[in-house]
Amino acid sequence: MAYGEKMAIVAEGLRKSYGETEALAGLSLEVPRGAVYGLLGPNGAGKTTTVGVLTTLVRPDGGRAVVAGCDVAADPGGVRARIGLVGQHAALDEVLTGRQNLVLFGRLQHLGVARARARAQELLKRFGLEDAADRPAGGYSGGMRRRLDLAAGLIRSPEVLFLDEPTTGLDPRSRSEVWDSVRELAADGVTVLLTTQYLEEADRLADRIAVVDGGRVVAEGTPAELKDALAGDWIEVVLRERDDVATAVALLGRVSGAEPEVDEAGLRVSAPVRDRMGALAAVVGELDAEDVALRRPTLDEVFLELTR
Amino acid sequence: MSVRWLVADTWTLTLRAFSHWARQPFVLAVGVLFPVLVLLMFAYLLRGGYGDDYPSILVPGLLALTCVFGLETTMTAVVTDASRGITARFRSLPMSGAAVVGGRAVADLVNSLAGLAVLMACGWAIGWRIESGPADALAAVGLLMLLRFSLIWMGIYLGLVAGRPEAVASVQILVWPLGFLSNAFTDPDSMPAWLAAIAEWNPLSATAAAARELFGNPGWGGDSWAATHAVELALAWPILICAVFLPLAVAKYRSRA
Repeated sequence: MAYGEKMAIVAEGLRKSYGETEALAGLSLEVPRGAVYGLLGPNGAGKTTTVGVLTTLVRPDGGRAVVAGCDVAADPGGVRARIGLVGQHAALDEVLTGRQNLVLFGRLQHLGVARARARAQELLKRFGLEDAADRPAGGYSGGMRRRLDLAAGLIRSPEVLFLDEPTTGLDPRSRSEVWDSVRELAADGVTVLLTTQYLEEADRLADRIAVVDGGRVVAEGTPAELKDALAGDWIEVVLRERDDVATAVALLGRVSGAEPEVDEAGLRVSAPVRDRMGALAAVVGELDAEDVALRRPTLDEVFLELTR
Repeated sequence: MSVRWLVADTWTLTLRAFSHWARQPFVLAVGVLFPVLVLLMFAYLLRGGYGDDYPSILVPGLLALTCVFGLETTMTAVVTDASRGITARFRSLPMSGAAVVGGRAVADLVNSLAGLAVLMACGWAIGWRIESGPADALAAVGLLMLLRFSLIWMGIYLGLVAGRPEAVASVQILVWPLGFLSNAFTDPDSMPAWLAAIAEWNPLSATAAAARELFGNPGWGGDSWAATHAVELALAWPILICAVFLPLAVAKYRSRA
C-alpha cells in the first residue's frame, strides 16, 4: 500500500492567522487509517482551527492537507463527500424532531427520500434515540443532542469523522455514552480525529495523541510513549508523619535530581526517576515510610510539562 | 456542482422551512398577523384628519412595510442557523452551497406572499379595493415581492455578518423609523421639507406609491420627481439593493473564515 493510502490525514506546515493572532504556526499531522487520533491541548491552542482546515471550513494561509486522499484546497468537494463533522456545539435544528434532522441531513447529502428515512431509522436505533425520535430536538438532554449530532455526522458512513470536543459540557454518564459510541465507530474501521481538553478522554480513547500548543504539535505518540518520553517513572512515598516531609523532599530530590512534588495533604511526596531500583533501594533504606511505589506519570503531568 | 443538486438542495431546505411553520404555527401566525394589527391600529385609532379614503391609501403602504419587516424574518433565520453551528455543518456537506441561500430565499418569498394575501384580505374587509385591472394588480404584487426579494439578500448578509441573535433586535428597532419616515402612513408634504425629501426617496415609499398607482388607489399626490416616478423607483431601488447585497451575501457565505 502506498504511503498516501495508509494515512487518512496528512497535514504539513499549516498556518493560519486571524489578524495579529497566530492560530496555527506550522502544524503538521499524520493520522493512520482506522486510528482514533486525539488532538489534545488547552483552550486557544489551535485545535478547532485545525479541524476547520481539515474539514474545508477554514482556508489556511500556508501549508497543505490531504484528507481521505483528497487535497483540501484543490478538491474540497471530494473531502466533504468523505468526512463527517461533529462540531463543538450540537449543530441541530431544534425545531425539527430528531428523525426530521437526520432525514434533512441525509437529503442534503443526496440520499433518496426512502434511503434517507431508512438510514435515519437505523441511526436512531443505534444511538438509542428511538423513543425520542419524533420529539423536537430542542427538548433533548445534552447527552441525547450529542448522540443525535454524532448520528448526523455518520449518515453517509464517512471514512474520516471529526469530533471537535465531543464531550465538553456533558455529565459523566453522557460522556461515557459518547465514548462507547466512538469505540464502536473505531471498531468499524472509521478513522476518528477528536479534539479534547480532557486528558482522561485522550488517554482512554485515542490510539495516538498529538499535544497541541501555540498552534503547533509539541509532542506526538501513543499515550504510553508520551508518558515515557517525558519523565519515565515516578517514585512516590507516602509518609506516616508530617515531620518527615523535609527529609523525604531532600532524599527524593537527591535521587531524582528534580524538584519533588508534595501533595496537598502533605503526606505524599513524588519525583521523576531514571534509576528505578537505585531510587527504590535508597528510599526504603533511609526513610520510615507508610508506602513506597513506582508509578507512571499521569497524562496530566505530561500535559502540564509540555504546555508549560 | 450541478444545477440539478442546486434545485434539489434548495427544495430540501424550503421543505425544512415549511416543517418549521408546521411545528410552530404560532410563530408563523404572529408574523403574519402583526401587520394586520398595525393596519387596524392606524385605520381606526390613528387615522387623524384623513378621510374615508385613508384605508385605500394605508393598505398599499402597509403591504410595502410588510415586505420591509421581512428583513427581520430573514435575518433571524440566518442568525439562528449560524449561531447553532448549522451553517458550518451545511458547509461541511457535499451539498450545493448556493442552495443554502436559495432555500432561504424561496421559503421567505412564500412566507411573504402568504403575509401579503392575509393583509390584502383584511384590507378588503375594511374597505380597500383593487380598482385596476388584473394585469396592473399583478404588477403591484410583483413590485412588492421584488422589494422583499432584494431585502432577503440584505438580511442574509447582515445575518452572516452579525452572527449573534442580539444584533437582530437592533435591526428591528431601526426598521421602525424607516417605516415612519416614508409615505406609508402619512403625506410627506406634512413633514418639514428635509424630512419629506428623505421620505419620498425612501425605497419603501417608492414601492408603496407604485402599488397605490397600480392598484388604482388614491395616493398623496405631490409633484417631486420621486413622487411622479414611483414605479420606476420601485424597480430601481430593489435592483440596486440586489446588485449590492446579493454578491455580498453569496461571498460572505462562501468565504472560508
